[in-house]
Amino acid sequence: MSDHTVAAYDKELATLSQTILEMGGIAEKMLIDAMDALVSMNIERAKAVVASDPRLDALQRQVEELAIMTIARRQPMAVDLREIVAAIRISADLERVGDLAKNIAKRTQKLGEARIPRAAIGLKHMSDLALLQLKNVLDAYATRDLDKAHVVWARDAELDSLEDSVFRDLLTFMMEDPRNITFCTHLLFCSKNIERVGDHATNIAETTYYLVTGEQLPVERPKGATSSVSTGK
Amino acid sequence: MTDLQIKTDMSHAAAPSMGARENKLEVRNLDFFYGESKALKNINLGLATHTVTAFIGPSGCGKSTLLRILNRMYDLYPGQRATGEVLLDGQNLLDPKLDLNLLRARVGMVFQKPTPFPMTIYENIAFGIKLYENLSKSELDGRVEHALRGAALWTEVKDKLNASGLSLSGGQQQRLCIARTVAIQPEVILFDEPCSALDPISTAKVEELIDELKEKYTIAIVTHNMQQAARVSEFTAFMYLGELVEFGQTTKLFTSPEKRQTQDYITGRFG
Repeated sequence: MSDHTVAAYDKELATLSQTILEMGGIAEKMLIDAMDALVSMNIERAKAVVASDPRLDALQRQVEELAIMTIARRQPMAVDLREIVAAIRISADLERVGDLAKNIAKRTQKLGEARIPRAAIGLKHMSDLALLQLKNVLDAYATRDLDKAHVVWARDAELDSLEDSVFRDLLTFMMEDPRNITFCTHLLFCSKNIERVGDHATNIAETTYYLVTGEQLPVERPKGATSSVSTGK
Repeated sequence: MTDLQIKTDMSHAAAPSMGARENKLEVRNLDFFYGESKALKNINLGLATHTVTAFIGPSGCGKSTLLRILNRMYDLYPGQRATGEVLLDGQNLLDPKLDLNLLRARVGMVFQKPTPFPMTIYENIAFGIKLYENLSKSELDGRVEHALRGAALWTEVKDKLNASGLSLSGGQQQRLCIARTVAIQPEVILFDEPCSALDPISTAKVEELIDELKEKYTIAIVTHNMQQAARVSEFTAFMYLGELVEFGQTTKLFTSPEKRQTQDYITGRFG
């Protein structure tokens, strides 16, 4: 796309876009580290995840402030307006992804001794998929790739199904031995968190689609899990 | 003289019409020439009844020229001519036999710079009415008040109707001109950059007024202020180099225009 007559305007939009991608990088790393910490019961790494969250929060505020200033200064239209609205929305999604990773890290610190390490394997599968979704959607945003955004949007159902099977596994562990209940309950919350990361990736896919086309994707998206516990989707 | 005042019930399907409402004005295959140079090239569009249509585009794109055709203002200048059709309720107003005074009573115009007559506020309004109608003093008083109320100016001037129109502020002068236009009860009002010489408060008042006026009139507005076009209009036409590049619903045109040129213009990427 050609440049604006006012060069500073281009710079503002570029800064928004770059800050989003920086936020994406931090959010991805937080989730990777939080899951590593959980699987390996590494308390120090979990603490580092918690410590990196304020940076993400600060970047989100930067995006919001710059977006508001740009709207006030430039009265953006069409694709520029969508660019700014997208930045506000995506920054909020990424900030939430950071919070969810932080929550996993906090739970890891409370778990103490891992009673059944194999219980975390299903969670690892979920987080691998959530991270792939997050990576793909950030790529789609960076390159304004409509097809890639659509693939992410359609693939969320897979993560929902995985969450369902993790739920059933954890239920089995709890029924086997009531002493597993505390541990498994924490893992249940972690699996919910990962599933939520997938939802945020889907939101970002929807926003990217809107940014590129000016159209909204349908409200209903492909559904996966059917279990009674899979609420809020 | 053709009988322009007899309204027809013809429905028109040729020019692109937006929405279900029928078009008050239809422009068909319109070309316009300043001497040898062609300023408008094959314009086709319709102005829907009781809506506001905005014309945007860079200077020299032909938007004011198009507006000036809609009430034959260009006739005042030799060497300017239009070909094609402009239908007002189905009647071609480019017809050379048309009575221009009657046309301009039906299609009023408000200009960029407020142009009150050098006479009292009251006379500014009454002058036009007296040209077309023979009213008693009390009827005339009523019409003047009605027009000033319609232009949201009455409360500000009711105690000084005998003061000169030129004594008003710029914003008030512009609303006086709108009142003068409204007073002769036109069907279409053309606004050529009505707010470009006004401060933001006066601009807001004029915009509020345009919003009220569309209940009774069909409105076309030329503006360089795209936010204004986005605020006041239902439909927007983007023109460039004498051509109609894109014409559509304002909400769509300003959020996701179809043409690249439109996008570049409204986002400030032009040239």
